[in-house]
Amino acid sequence: MLAYIIRRILRAFPQIILISILTFIIIQLPPGDLVTQQILNLQASGVEVSQQHAEMLMRQYGLDRPMHERYLLWIGNIVTRFDFGYSYAWQKPVAEVIMDRMGYTFAIALLSAILTWVVAIPVGIFVAVKQYSITDYFVTFMTFIGMAVPGFFLAMVIMYVALTRFGIRVGGLFSPEYMVQPWSWGKFLDLLSNLWLPVVLLGIGGTAGTIRTMRAMMLDELRKLYVTVARAKGLSETQILVRYPVRVAINPIISGLMWLLPWLFSGGLLVEIVLNLPTAGPALYSALLAQDMHMAGAYILIVGALTIVSAIFSDILLAVSDPRIRFGAVEGA
Amino acid sequence: MSKTTFLGKFFGHGEAVEAEVQHEEAFYRAGQWQLVWWKFKRHRLAQVSMAVLAVFYFVAIFAEFLSPHDPMRRFQGRLAHPPTAIHIRDTQGRFRAPFIYGTEQGRDPVTFRPIHVADPDSIHPIRLLVRGDPYRFWGLFPTDVHLFGTAGEDAMPIYILGTDSIGRDVLSRIFYGGRISLSIGLVGIAISFVLGLLLGGISGFFGGAIDDVIQRVIEVLTTLPQIPLWMALAAALPREWPQLRIYFATTLILSIFGWTGLARIVRGRLLSMREEDFVLAARLDGESEWTIIVRYMLPGFASYIIISLTGSLPGMILGETALSFLGIGLNPPTISWGVMLQQAQNIMNVAHFPWVLWPVPVVVIAVLMFNFVGDGLRDAADPYMS
Repeated sequence: MLAYIIRRILRAFPQIILISILTFIIIQLPPGDLVTQQILNLQASGVEVSQQHAEMLMRQYGLDRPMHERYLLWIGNIVTRFDFGYSYAWQKPVAEVIMDRMGYTFAIALLSAILTWVVAIPVGIFVAVKQYSITDYFVTFMTFIGMAVPGFFLAMVIMYVALTRFGIRVGGLFSPEYMVQPWSWGKFLDLLSNLWLPVVLLGIGGTAGTIRTMRAMMLDELRKLYVTVARAKGLSETQILVRYPVRVAINPIISGLMWLLPWLFSGGLLVEIVLNLPTAGPALYSALLAQDMHMAGAYILIVGALTIVSAIFSDILLAVSDPRIRFGAVEGA
Repeated sequence: MSKTTFLGKFFGHGEAVEAEVQHEEAFYRAGQWQLVWWKFKRHRLAQVSMAVLAVFYFVAIFAEFLSPHDPMRRFQGRLAHPPTAIHIRDTQGRFRAPFIYGTEQGRDPVTFRPIHVADPDSIHPIRLLVRGDPYRFWGLFPTDVHLFGTAGEDAMPIYILGTDSIGRDVLSRIFYGGRISLSIGLVGIAISFVLGLLLGGISGFFGGAIDDVIQRVIEVLTTLPQIPLWMALAAALPREWPQLRIYFATTLILSIFGWTGLARIVRGRLLSMREEDFVLAARLDGESEWTIIVRYMLPGFASYIIISLTGSLPGMILGETALSFLGIGLNPPTISWGVMLQQAQNIMNVAHFPWVLWPVPVVVIAVLMFNFVGDGLRDAADPYMS
């Protein structure tokens, strides 16, 4: 088991390096760079920029060095000092802008994931057992709709209905009276009262998808002979379900942990922007509108690295839940 | 399953294909695609969806003729005009051919916002094949005939879905927008198809180090969050590029993730089929490697390719909508459903003229229909399975 975990962790390193290279390429994409931008800013504010000054800035940011050295400088700063560079759209270091916002983004994604499992797994099992019933068709139809309607569409419609029917402006994470206050019990409750909406909006698509996977897997398993054997041995229906097919059917859900996270971040980004939450998504968006790529680089790198960590986590979980993977009979994930 | 309910038929559950085909001989003699089609036909929902999509594409193709107005025309004095309701009974209670009331500008007595008030004395019948805004059909034939509208110089223009904040007809824009929004997915899967087939083929055929590199790249791409990456790449596009180049660059960006699934399928199939007896037989027959791949192996997984491609279409349509909605994909004067939704970014806009949200149900229906068709294809793809 330990050997498996170590092997799995080692496999993640080339992935992280590849992601960092990809991210670095994205940062370099737009025409013009930080220094050109700063020089333009200085000139716009009436400061004359000499050739010398420009060269000094270039040296300061390492722009006079070859590409691979700049990559090492960039990744070195991130690893050693947690320095993701400077966001000229925000006029602040990227880390400063993104860090506390990232916390809310994670909270929303994590709560959505939990909501997804809590709802989707039992519902998926239920409709598989009741295949071809009215409930089954209803749920199947709803999952199709849930997968076709992105969260940010729903967010727009809900904002519209709340505003015109109830006169409430939905959006944000805090009510105005708590916005600038320090943390208190009241502020926490206020956060919860605003947090549930993005969590639910974000969870809908994943829930629909997970219900469908769970249903399909359960249907495959329920047909198998060991279920008949269990029934013949006189186990109750609940025992049959929980002891055998559910344990097999849950595997793709566990390995789905890996794709659920990037998926939640993708969908969450749009929901956050539409609802205008004080999270990482809208910060990224406003930076991108100004072609400020350092923010995007940090976002993609952090989310990518986290996905890889969660992939390791889900592989280990799989190995725990499925002895075939643990003993190397089946290649895991 | 011997018991087939109406709902069951609708979702494509039911007896096996064999039962449908009365003559067993026909079943055994039918080719692969014939069987796929028979099985697909059993999936009612997928068939209905296919028909709906056909209508969507038809409307997009004939957008100039079908839309009542020029999508760029700004109707002065009719900004944010509500949809013109179609009546068949006038104020005296008499039935007549479908007509709309003319409207005049007024002010809301409470908020003083400009509103449009219907005038019950001004009746404008809806006619077929009326002359309206001039256009060049498919950019070729100059004409000014539209399928429907109100006739006459000073007739009240018809706005089935209202006008947007600068007075352009929403329905016409949805028709034209379909051209971009519905085609971007097709161009996208064409690119994904080429990339997936090429890279998956190389990966599966050569194996070794190249295979390793391609597999690692695919792994990394699947761990990256799609929309942030799309946003970053789209934002990096030079703003001064012409519309057409932005359009193709956007489709290219959208296909960055689309090819990975296909490449995996192609690689997996190539690897497993290389060991099959019929491939060995062909090789012993002296067929070239190219012929073996194209003639013998490709038909074996063509259906999987189609499924994988239809599967990535809805994501691309939603991706374009999301990017354009945020203003970092396509931008005006290009018309797409996402670009139209830029007007809905401001919630006060939506509150005062909710009809700018019309692209939302249109996109949802298109995506839903593609999902249903994809589902039907998935069931039909392997006709030899019961």
